Amino acid sequence: MARQPTSLPPTAMRSQLGRVRGLGSAGSGVEIWWAERVTSIALVPLSIWFIVAVIAHLGADRAAIARWIGQPVNTVLLLALVIATFRHMALGLQAVIEDYVHGELARMVSLLVMRGAAWVLGLASVVAVVKLAF
Amino acid sequence: MTDIRDTLLVAQNSEGKRVLRPLSPHLQIYRPQISSMLSITHRATGIALSIGTLLLTWWLVAAATSDSAFAGVQGFIGSWFGVLLLFGWSAALYYHLLAGIRHLGWDAGYGFEIPRFHQTGYAVLIGTAVLTVLTWIVIAVVA
Repeated sequence: MARQPTSLPPTAMRSQLGRVRGLGSAGSGVEIWWAERVTSIALVPLSIWFIVAVIAHLGADRAAIARWIGQPVNTVLLLALVIATFRHMALGLQAVIEDYVHGELARMVSLLVMRGAAWVLGLASVVAVVKLAF
Repeated sequence: MTDIRDTLLVAQNSEGKRVLRPLSPHLQIYRPQISSMLSITHRATGIALSIGTLLLTWWLVAAATSDSAFAGVQGFIGSWFGVLLLFGWSAALYYHLLAGIRHLGWDAGYGFEIPRFHQTGYAVLIGTAVLTVLTWIVIAVVA
């Protein structure tokens, strides 16, 4: 966009309430900001739990890993970890792409590739956990 | 003007002349400070951890697939390169976790006073170092 002073009046034709609600052309508001915080809060205990669990299973064979994942509590927590991780990752990378990738087409392609990768990796992880659990 | 957002950038200077509001200066203009360095590190560790999800997915899918696939991923994790990556990712995870908690504090309205801001910043760095070293000592003992 051309970045030069214009002769138009400095007041945008948009109410302050509309700006605060953030309901611009995308039609959505602060949900993304909230989702990033909510997933981060969930990931605090989940990632600590996962680190401890991984250390406790150092050198374990595949059958032992499958047994551990097969316990319902671990299945649920691992699925929660995977889902929160990929959601949080997609939101964080979206902010990075929006900041650094300029140009409408390049940005849209980057976002599509990133979201596609997040979905595929997330689904693959979920399917793997479910398959190990049953 | 091509975009409604442009109107938010237009202002008047003290002489009544219409000017564009300044944008943030480039990174190179600022002297590196603890505040900006920790901020960019939070983002960098987030990107590094995103790449780390490839290993998480590989590990889970391999475990769900076959003994040979699982042996493959375990072999990679056990190699010097795998250990190096895991060490880096563990440090990145602890950093992002601690700095993330610091961010949540700000979101709730706490910790904006400059002395407190610097204290929590150094606490994140020290906490990352302590937790990372502690984790690998435990791994060395268990393994």
